[in-house]
Amino acid sequence: MSQMIKAQAESRTHLTACHDCDLLFHIPHLKKGEQAHCPRCGALVMERKGNSLDYSLALALTSLILFVMANFNVLLRMNVGGRTQEENIISGVNELFVQGYWEIAVLVFIVSILAPLLKILCLFYVLIPLRLNTRFPYAKEVFSFYETLSPWSMTEVYMLGILVALVKLADLATINVGIALYSFAALIPFMAATDASLDDHEIWESLEPTD
Amino acid sequence: MKKLYNTAAHKGYLLCHTCHLLSKAATHVHSIHCPRCGTRLHSRKPNSLSRTWALTLTAYILYIPANLLPIMTVTMSGKGEPDTIFSGVKELVLGGMWPLALLIFFASITVPVLKLLILTYLLLSVQFKSSWRPKERTILYRITETVGRWSMIDIFVIAILVALVKLGALATIEAGAGAVAFGGVVVITMFAAMSFDPRLIWDALENDHE
Repeated sequence: MSQMIKAQAESRTHLTACHDCDLLFHIPHLKKGEQAHCPRCGALVMERKGNSLDYSLALALTSLILFVMANFNVLLRMNVGGRTQEENIISGVNELFVQGYWEIAVLVFIVSILAPLLKILCLFYVLIPLRLNTRFPYAKEVFSFYETLSPWSMTEVYMLGILVALVKLADLATINVGIALYSFAALIPFMAATDASLDDHEIWESLEPTD
Repeated sequence: MKKLYNTAAHKGYLLCHTCHLLSKAATHVHSIHCPRCGTRLHSRKPNSLSRTWALTLTAYILYIPANLLPIMTVTMSGKGEPDTIFSGVKELVLGGMWPLALLIFFASITVPVLKLLILTYLLLSVQFKSSWRPKERTILYRITETVGRWSMIDIFVIAILVALVKLGALATIEAGAGAVAFGGVVVITMFAAMSFDPRLIWDALENDHE
């Protein structure tokens, strides 16, 4: 009897290769919350997260709302001798353009606005149809694009940049913090949680054509 | 006595780097696409070494103007003062803002230099087929892959300051050419880390047994 169970368990293993060291090995069937590491180099090869699509979608929707609030409100307001200067994320990009540094303007625009926004939208495009048991055309390409975008979405680094700017200006003038800054600060854990809630192996398996 | 391991390349399997599906490589086929997601499959990232070398060397060259040219110029009451990355850190130290100085020093100086040195070391070690501590070298690679983005802090600070400090004759801040070069270093080293294939580190071990 126990041998039968063992045999059954073994049949549920599948062959995989480590993306970091190319080792070929069998991973057992993982239960929710379990991780598989490469026995040779220790890379995290697979993780069964077992979160529902609703959970990821809720986090993604929250991120989208916070993203919109962070981009359409005042980030910082400076008062010096009766003069007020307001700024948000896009006005920084715009000012770099005006000064002729379009290379940095494009870079800052991509990593702080475009990549995070596209990431959230790509997730909706893939996850909402999956939730409704269907698939939109090019869902695989869109999900692959989402994964490519990940290193280029630098909201958390931008947040640290805001804090550095705040400290640097503290001596020079009175700085008021706008709604956008709070939204932006809240966006970071929500985006991180959205990414962490996704099980990419499971999504790729569900995107596989079954017919 | 080392333990002999099987690798995917050795056994004729290809791992899809997009959807993680393992496929059996058919012989005599020039280009294979992943049956699940359609991505072109490669046993190793194509031309990994030459691409990573090219990008790393470009980043080294760009690193010179990034440090010599001013990244921004603060003009207060008509007096302009250009700041390089290093002078910016020095000013923070002189102003007594130690934690901030350390943070900027780490993000703008330590991280890019360390990244370039690690990439160079990894490239050389693969080139000379070193079989020394492959696991630790793989960990070094993972560090370069994750930590690089934090160098962007200085660029973001400039983007925020130029838009906020526009007070006419009182004070203005303008970006500098050094920032363009520095942004280039960050982006190019990120591409360099992406084009490096850590499996090449382990291939040297493979050849030991044969």
